[in-house]
Amino acid sequence: MVPISYYIILSAVLFGLGVVGFVFKRNIITIFMSIELMLNAVNLAFVAFSREFNQLDGMIFVFFVIVVAAAEAAVGLAIIMVVARNRKSLNVEDVNLLKF
Amino acid sequence: MFILNHLWIIIALPLAGSILTLLAGRYWPKKAVNLSSVGFPVLAFASYCELVREFFTLNPAAPVIKDYFTWMVAGNFRVDFALQVDQLTIVMLGVVTFVGMLIHIYSIGYMAHEDGYYRFFAEMNLFMFFMSTLVMAANLVLLFVGWEGVGLCSYLLISFFFTKKSAADAGKKAFITTRIGDWGFTIGILMTFWLFKAVDYKTIFVKAANMPAEGMHHWGSLTVICLLLLAGAIGKSAQLPLYVWLPDAMEGPTPVSALIHAATMVTAGVYMVARMNPFFSRSPAAMLTVAIIGAVTALYAATIGLAQTDIKKVLAYSTISQLGYMFLACGVGAYAAGIFHLMTHAFFKALLFLAAGSVIHATGGEQNMFNMGGLRKKIPWTYGTMLVATLAISGAPLFAGFFSKDQILFDAYAGINANFLLYGLGTLGALITACYMFRLIFLTFHGKPRFDEHKVHVHESPKVMIVPMVILAFLSIVGGWFVLPTYFGGKDYFQAFLEPVFAGSNALARQMRPGYVEPPHSLEYEMAAIAVGVAFLGFLIALYLYILKPNAAKKLATSVHPIYQLLFRKYYVDELYGAVIIGPLIWLSRNVLWKVIDVGLIDGSVNGLAFLSRRVGGGLRHIQGGNERSYATWVVIGAVAVTVFFVWMVR
Repeated sequence: MVPISYYIILSAVLFGLGVVGFVFKRNIITIFMSIELMLNAVNLAFVAFSREFNQLDGMIFVFFVIVVAAAEAAVGLAIIMVVARNRKSLNVEDVNLLKF
Repeated sequence: MFILNHLWIIIALPLAGSILTLLAGRYWPKKAVNLSSVGFPVLAFASYCELVREFFTLNPAAPVIKDYFTWMVAGNFRVDFALQVDQLTIVMLGVVTFVGMLIHIYSIGYMAHEDGYYRFFAEMNLFMFFMSTLVMAANLVLLFVGWEGVGLCSYLLISFFFTKKSAADAGKKAFITTRIGDWGFTIGILMTFWLFKAVDYKTIFVKAANMPAEGMHHWGSLTVICLLLLAGAIGKSAQLPLYVWLPDAMEGPTPVSALIHAATMVTAGVYMVARMNPFFSRSPAAMLTVAIIGAVTALYAATIGLAQTDIKKVLAYSTISQLGYMFLACGVGAYAAGIFHLMTHAFFKALLFLAAGSVIHATGGEQNMFNMGGLRKKIPWTYGTMLVATLAISGAPLFAGFFSKDQILFDAYAGINANFLLYGLGTLGALITACYMFRLIFLTFHGKPRFDEHKVHVHESPKVMIVPMVILAFLSIVGGWFVLPTYFGGKDYFQAFLEPVFAGSNALARQMRPGYVEPPHSLEYEMAAIAVGVAFLGFLIALYLYILKPNAAKKLATSVHPIYQLLFRKYYVDELYGAVIIGPLIWLSRNVLWKVIDVGLIDGSVNGLAFLSRRVGGGLRHIQGGNERSYATWVVIGAVAVTVFFVWMVR
């Protein structure tokens, strides 16, 4: 058996990488990918704990997260397309019309 | 008993005239303004005549009081709009309405060429309203309403020519100086309420009658109340030390000086002391204070009048001096004599001012007596009436002033509260009075003209100005003849008429001095002879200095130059007040209250709040800067914070 701590550490590392990408990357697509990465890291943690305690709850929750992630990606990408068309750039710093 | 049942008519008539003239006078021709603004005082005088007739028919034993509505109620403190009529009111109201009416008629001629004609008459009518309220009030607070109202009208009328800085300043000075007295007066009224739980005359006089007289050195509440009320009278009646506004008040038009600063407003203080005689007679210390202030002021102002060059200023100081005599009378308990002098003084002083106005009108605005001279033949009516008034004020036998002033001096010498020092001051003042008044006559009307006869076209005043003057001159001669019978063993009708008002005080005075013996009748003749002699001496001095040896006056002035300067510069009192009181106050206002508190503290705190808001806002706006990446950062920080918080909670 693989000790559960391996899964947790992997999940934490993936989540950390996701956060870093979310905060520091400039390309909007990359930020979205980082969001997906964070969601997947969380999924991994849920599955690991579900296996550990032999409960089905974690796995059910993972299904919910996958569905929400998909929906969110669809809507988000639609918004990005319109914004990118208007600002002619995928750089998140160029969406700054509300800046004082 | 129409007027007695509708007392409000007498005060409402001038008020109606004032409001009507104020609102519509601007658009009306002069004749209409005359009708509205002079007609109402004439009607008021007619109502007064009817009031007198009814009063003598009814002959009430107690004052007739009519209560119209409750003005303020606060627990025990109750003030009604109540008017009363008794003998003292009849005398005062007669002076106010009659002299007021004559001066309104005179003003038609005097103010004919001035701007703001309607404004003048509106303010004069308003003055008559307030003065009538003052003398007819049945309680102290309503008296104070009238008191303040006449102060307001005085301010408005002194600064009538408000575009002239000296006139505006004089108005302010009058109002502020009398305000200082009014402060004491207000505290006196409040203390009266505190002591007696009421402010209307009926209640407080009844309650005061049950109080014992207070000692000369042991001051009780009544003494303090009287001294506080006296403070108001000192301000309003221009006594030492608050007299400084009256000479400056001569900036106003001459009819104003005649009505307000000679006949009526300045006599309000004397009226108040006479009205409050139950209080004053129970407080010998206060009465002595009144008498001393009166006598000293009488002499002091007379000395200043001796050295003035402006004709109106001489008359102003003369007014202050004569008011001193009235206070002296009230202070020695001779209230009837004081009121008698008030009445005769109203006649001859108003006449003196009206005649001075006529002289000023005749010489085209000249007020300096040293630029006049030889006007006797050119303006004979003015000269005649002014001479009559001068004889009256100097105390020439059989003229009105003789009887009243003589009575005061007699009561100071041999009355129940006689005091030789005060009598001496009064007599010396009478000497100087005769001297400066005849100085005025000689400088203005006699001698050679000291002005350019080609430039100044001296003309007599129109009839509308002369007729009131003649009427007042007639009264200056016969106005004292009520008292004439006493010299022949008869009755003093004036004193008998006023007896019900002062009965309590006279009885109390006899109680306090049981050893008092009525002076023999021959003493009256002797005192009268001394008074006439003194006045004649003053006349001779003036005659010598200004007619017989015209340069003698100038030589005298240069030989005693320091004394002359002292008198001419009015004892430097204005400069003294300016340095000691006004200067520090202005410094305090400017440097502390304005610069430190107003600008620094108040403006600073309000502006500081605004500055703080801007700073905080400026800092907080960075949270929503339009930069997505900062939003992302904040989201992460928030998530971390919440996680840490939950971990701590579990622990």
